Amino acid sequence: MKARKDEFPILTRQRLVYLDTAASSLTPKRVIDKMNEYYGEYPVNVHRGVYALSHRATEQYTNARETIAEFIGADFNEVVFTRGASSALNLVALTYGAQHLKPGDEVIVSELEHHSHVLPWQQIAKKTGAKLIYVPLSKEGRITTEAFKTVLTDKTKIVALTHVSNVMGYVTPLEEIILLAHEKGAIVSVDAAQSAPHMPLDVKTLDADFLAFSGHKMCGPTGIGVLYGKRELLDQLEPLEYGGDMNDNVEKDTGTWKDTPYKFETGTPPIAEAIGLAEAIHYLTSIGFDTVRNHEHTLFKRALEGLKKIPGITVYNESADTGIVNFNIEGVHPHDAVSFFDGEHVALRAGHHCAQLLIKWLDVPATLRASFYIYNDEADVDAFLDVVKRARDFFTSIGF
Amino acid sequence: MHQLENLYRQIIMDHYKNPRNKGLKEDESYVTARIKNPSCGDDVTIQTKAEDGVVKDVRHEGSGCSICCSSASVLSVRMKNQTVEDALGLVDDYLKMIIDKNTAINEQLDDALAYQGVRDFPARVKCATIAWKAFAETLKKG
Ligand SMILES: Cc1ncc(COP(=O)(O)O)c(C=O)c1O
Repeated sequence: MKARKDEFPILTRQRLVYLDTAASSLTPKRVIDKMNEYYGEYPVNVHRGVYALSHRATEQYTNARETIAEFIGADFNEVVFTRGASSALNLVALTYGAQHLKPGDEVIVSELEHHSHVLPWQQIAKKTGAKLIYVPLSKEGRITTEAFKTVLTDKTKIVALTHVSNVMGYVTPLEEIILLAHEKGAIVSVDAAQSAPHMPLDVKTLDADFLAFSGHKMCGPTGIGVLYGKRELLDQLEPLEYGGDMNDNVEKDTGTWKDTPYKFETGTPPIAEAIGLAEAIHYLTSIGFDTVRNHEHTLFKRALEGLKKIPGITVYNESADTGIVNFNIEGVHPHDAVSFFDGEHVALRAGHHCAQLLIKWLDVPATLRASFYIYNDEADVDAFLDVVKRARDFFTSIGF
Repeated sequence: MHQLENLYRQIIMDHYKNPRNKGLKEDESYVTARIKNPSCGDDVTIQTKAEDGVVKDVRHEGSGCSICCSSASVLSVRMKNQTVEDALGLVDDYLKMIIDKNTAINEQLDDALAYQGVRDFPARVKCATIAWKAFAETLKKG
């Protein structure tokens, strides 16, 4: 695949080697245009007005939900719009978790989780008296089925695991894990923030109970995310927030709620963002997810080969399955390093990547992370490698 | 890379490699403050001993990048024997030097003038300021 540079306005505007997609992807023109179309041509509320413009907005917004449902293999009513993956994952913990967990119950999580998939469970465990159990990671830092079996018990009620690690780029063997969890009667919450942008997803094949992702990591806008939930589970849950749009009948001391998914969506939704996310999905689907994944993994391999040839570089995830490389320059704190990269117009991430548990597991203060996507090409990888080399030389020369 | 070379001047590298006054005291007469930057993992603790309105000793401990660690060391040297009032004034001038391109620079900052270059790296302002902010906290607490 040829890198899609021309389709991203920011890349035509300035010199930029953008290697921070794992934080947020860039936005293609057609997604920007689609959102501008909403603001320019039918910028009104949904589900409310009975005039033609509102009808058009509602139709586009409804189509967006349909597109997303189709994209993950779900039914229309199983797609709940949220502000992002974080709020979707919180919704699961704060509703399903709060309503089902009892003292002594166990929730399985991992040190590979993003803070958004461990902190909500920590808090709910504290409130309900349930216990958090960590899957021991393999030597490479992976969640394996074998290790999962050692922590799965009759007390396991919920399994909350990431599909792809945002630091290591490992794919979790979820199909097997979910099967095992279901045999014990546990439900599984999947953090798909780093898989939805990069690989085909099918919630029915996976048999996930809940699954969450964000728009802004997959060519869509910020401020929109999705929670998928199995219909029978969503139907059981109480809403988390109350107010306009989520209600049916309202009396002085009580009210009734709409059906799934609307009971979880109070207030005016992010309309342009939902429409933008659907456009991003059309865009990625038109390229093909297998193509996307191959492309990034090819770039990853080139980067890995190159990094191995530079002395004083530690790579923490040589066997990554996606386009993320996690590394350090020996003796140079990532924050020092990243200023050098910034000066060379290479954008990558330094820090703990919202995964402090993993950084502690790696036993380092922080790391550098470069992540590749459809707009990156081999020249970007080579520019990156060149800057790594020069950064190392520079810091060595000044006495680091 | 000229700007970056400028930033990592001799003074910064020297204090990074050979930090002065490092390590905390188990002594009640010191006032302690700790600041962390959760987004990057910089973590600095400053201890100050003040007597009769004069800073007698400043200790520091923590982990982070070169800018963060060295700035704690530079601070600890610069503040010794300053009156609390002057010390707080220096902190203000230091923060202004780093944050506001338009302020006049107080030459009395001495070695801490080396951090002027941080202005050109907005993403590093936090690294250069947390030790100084923690120090100001110890004085205000004490
Ligand atoms: C694996 C993973 N989960 C969850 C999130 C949170 O996504 P958001 O910040 O869009 O809520 C991220 C993004 O940083 C992520 O990488």
